[in-house]
Formats: sequence, structure tokens, C-alpha cells
Amino acid sequence: MTINEIQDEIIDEFSLFDDWEGKYDYIIDIGKKLPPLDSQYKTEENIIKGCQSRVWLHAEMQDDKVMFLGESDAVIVKGLIGLLIRVLSGHSPEEIAKADLYFIDRIGMAQHLAQTRANGLFAMLKQMKLYALAYSTMSN
Amino acid sequence: MIATFDVIDIRKDFPILNQTIHGKPLVYFDNAATTQKPLSVIEALSQYYMEFNANIHRGIHTLAERATAEYEATRDKAKDFINAAQREEIVFTRGTTEGINLVAQTYGRQNLKAGDEVIISGMEHHSNIVPWQMICEEKGAILRVIPINEQGDLLMDEYEKLLSEKTKIVAVVYVSNSLGTINPVKEIITKAHQYGAKVLIDGAQASAHLDIDVQDLDADFYVFSSHKVYGPTGVGVLYGKRELLDAMPPYQGGGEMIREVSFGKTTYNDLPYKFEAGTPNIADTVAFKAALDYVTTIGKSVIGEYEHELLTYATESLQSIDGLQIIGQAKEKISVISYVLEGIHHQDIGIMLDNDGIAVRTGHHCTQPLMDRFCILGTSRASFAMYNTKEEIDRLVQGLYKIKKKLG
Ligand SMILES: Cc1ncc(COP(=O)(O)O)c(C=O)c1O
Repeated sequence: MTINEIQDEIIDEFSLFDDWEGKYDYIIDIGKKLPPLDSQYKTEENIIKGCQSRVWLHAEMQDDKVMFLGESDAVIVKGLIGLLIRVLSGHSPEEIAKADLYFIDRIGMAQHLAQTRANGLFAMLKQMKLYALAYSTMSN
Repeated sequence: MIATFDVIDIRKDFPILNQTIHGKPLVYFDNAATTQKPLSVIEALSQYYMEFNANIHRGIHTLAERATAEYEATRDKAKDFINAAQREEIVFTRGTTEGINLVAQTYGRQNLKAGDEVIISGMEHHSNIVPWQMICEEKGAILRVIPINEQGDLLMDEYEKLLSEKTKIVAVVYVSNSLGTINPVKEIITKAHQYGAKVLIDGAQASAHLDIDVQDLDADFYVFSSHKVYGPTGVGVLYGKRELLDAMPPYQGGGEMIREVSFGKTTYNDLPYKFEAGTPNIADTVAFKAALDYVTTIGKSVIGEYEHELLTYATESLQSIDGLQIIGQAKEKISVISYVLEGIHHQDIGIMLDNDGIAVRTGHHCTQPLMDRFCILGTSRASFAMYNTKEEIDRLVQGLYKIKKKLG
């Protein structure tokens, strides 16, 4: 699936909930199911600054695709990482770098969660894009 | 003082409370960060701009005189509010943080030398740590810290051991914003004075809840912020004993703080104007008086009694939640409760409560060394003001039960 097809799928899933209580339950569920990050990746340099909780993000290249792994000590943020990984992981650096993540707005997150920068959603997204950019300049 | 305290009536004075957040009635429990403002304050602000906005002190026209009179009336009110001896001892600042920086950069710079010591406590806000670190580093002075126990009380015998002839300044918080602890500041001051040290009291959290009497405390400096006492943001008070303020060099140079300027030499204005360079925050200072009037009319003892009732009720209700630990169980507390829920990150608690319309603060509350002391990264904190109710506390408790069920 392309990045946009995955985003559309997520938008569909979130449309099943009519309030944020349900959406949070869903995000929490994703967070709880996110596989723990191997401790070798939980390094100081993989920590994303600007979040109230600790967030680690690791990226590596596998056959021209960027694979992301991440974790946090807070569940909701873990759910958000899970969503971002689902959308962006496994695509080429170029696709990731130019991706427009409209699902954040469309599932209502822009009005809700994204308002408080402290949850680090944008910091995570920025870091993922930076990884992708770094990989795409390396391969060029 | 009014005869009976009725929270329903009080709430009518705070229009902001009457709204829904994510479809639920707002519960505002972030009062230690900033309090909401009563109508009288909001009206005083708009009245200033609608009727008598003018620059103060220098004008001879009617509006300038009225603005000056109202601005200076706040000074008189602030003097009474903390029972200072003279109006000249009241300096307007931007807030607590600026007041502490002012003292560190003037009194501190003038009086500290290499090897001298400054004592703070283990529960200080960053605002009462960093300014002292800066001046200590500049002067080669040493910063000492009074430790605290597991309950969140200062270890007074350790404090006495720290005191010596080298101690020049003691700067401690009256009430901890993270723990709610009310510190024995009078005793702290008496002990410091025995060694000739001067004492600054950070009154940011105390001033809305406790009767403040700087003369009885014998505080050398006392600082607080308007916005935590139901007043506007951007204004604060620095109280200093007159002989200290007189001897201190100015903080900033500019208009208002001077008597005469020539390129050769400038002479400084009298107190308190020596420390109020430039056009001050006139509007907010004028409206600050309405806040102080509001609090004194109801009466701190009445407010304190009601808030204590809320604290007791909340402490009991929260303790009934399995796995909840209250951080800060000092003997004397104001209405602040910091807590952690076993296995649940404070950020998740903050986000989930917000979705229930409940505003709490989560994180380290600008007291990172204190969090280190308790080996935690942060807490979530509910802090109550006079307009809060037991029903709101019930909603917090229900919210936490729900979070536990989902995340525990
Ligand atoms: C104990 C304490 N000191 C200082 C401050 C700083 O106050 P302000 O930000 O108004 O300068 C605060 C505010 O949170 C506080 O709680």
C-alpha cells in the first residue's frame, strides 16, 4: 500500500468513533500492542527532545526502504508512534520525505492532541522526515 | 469580610469557569500555575483602556494624573496586602521570577564575594535556583541546598548545620508549588539573621492562600506574582526592606528610574522608582488592585478554611484509589496535591483528564531537582482555588478510576 492508501485506511477506522473517548481507546490499544524497542536502541541519541514523556525512535534501511522502530514510556504517545510507523515505515526515503500526512488533521488530531506540542507528535514526525532526508541524500 | 462563604456565588464572579471542554463542564485544577480572574479584574482592565489610558508619572494632564493615581493606589493596596511598613518598599516587577533576578543581580552582585554561601532548599522552583546559580558562578560563591524528607518537609536541623558566617543570602520558597508544603519561613528567617544573612522569601504560591505579614516574618525580601492571586499576568511585587533597597544599585537603566541625566553623570530616582525603569505594565498593575481587593473582601482566613476543606476531601478521596501515591505529605500544606499512579505515565493522565474536561498540570512543575529527590520524572498535580468544589474533586476521582481501568 502507498502512504496515502494507509492514511485513508486509518481515516476510515477512526470514522467509526463518534467521540474522542473511543479514539483514545483505539490509540491506547495501538500503544499497548506496539512491540517494545530493543534496549540497544534506547540510547540517548535516539531520544526525541521536546516531549513530556521519553520517546525513542530508531531508523534503518532495509532494501531501499526505511524501517522505523519506536517506543515511549507513555501509552498514548506509544499509540501515536504506532500510527506514524504504520504510515511511514517500509517506504522509500523519497516517499517519506515528501509525504503529506493529512490523516493527522482528518482524524481530528490537529484540533485535539496536536494542540499541545508537549505530546511530541510533531517532533516525532519531524525526526522521521529528517531520517528519510538523510537516507535519500546518502543514496543520491 | 463577608459573613458566609458560598462557592456558588463565588463561581459567578469567574465567567471563564462557565464553559465546556470536549463537551464536559470545565474543571479547572491548575490554579498553582495561574488562577482565573474575577469579573472585577477583567472590568478594571477594560475600564483602564476605555477611560484613562495614559503614561504615568510624567504627564500633567488629567488622564495621566488619573492613571498615575490608580497605578499608585495598587502600590498602597499591595503594601497592605503583605503588611509592609512603607509604600516605598513595594517595587512592581513582571512577576516572581523577575523579582528574584532583580535581587540576585543587584543585592547579590553587590554583596557576594568568592567563598560566600547562598542557601536555597531542595523544593525550589527553577526561578529560585537559576538566578542564584548565575550570580554564584559569577562571584565564585557557593550554593547550598537544604534537604527535605520523604514527606516533603524541610530538614530544619540540616538547615542549621548549613548556616555559618559565610552565609550571605538565604532564598526559600514559602509554599512549594509541587508538594504544597508550607515551610516554617519565620523560623528560617530568624535563624539566618543570627548569622547576619539576608532572606528572600518566594511567595508565589503562598500569597493567594495565607495571610502575609512581611514585618512579622521579618523578611528582607518577599516576591510574588499577580497572576497567581487572581490578578493579571505580567505584574508582580518585590518587597524589600527600605535600608536594603536604598543601598542596592539599580537593576535596569532608562526612563523613570533617574532623577537627572547628563552625559557625564546620572543620579537615580528615589525608591521605589529607582527599580522601575521604563514605562511599566500600567493596565495590568491597575487591575491587580481589583484582584487584591477581591481577595481581601472575602478574607484569606475564609478562603483558607474552605480550601483546606477541599484539600482534606481530595486527599481522602484520592488515597482511596489503589496504586495512587501522593507526593508531598507535609504536616502543613496548602491546597496542592501531586500524585503518581503506579504504572501509568503522568502525560497519559493529563491527556485523558483533559478529554474529561479536567485541567491538571503534569510534568516536573519547574522543580526538576525535587523530582530527582523523589526518583520520579514528574507527577500530575491538582491545585485548588476558592472557586473549586467537592463535586469537581469527585469528577477527578472518577476520571482517575477510569484511567486506571484503561491503562493500569
Ligand atoms: C514557587 C514558585 N516560584 C516562582 C514561580 C515563578 O513565577 P512567575 O512565573 O510568575 O514569575 C512559580 C510559578 O510557577 C512558583 O510556583
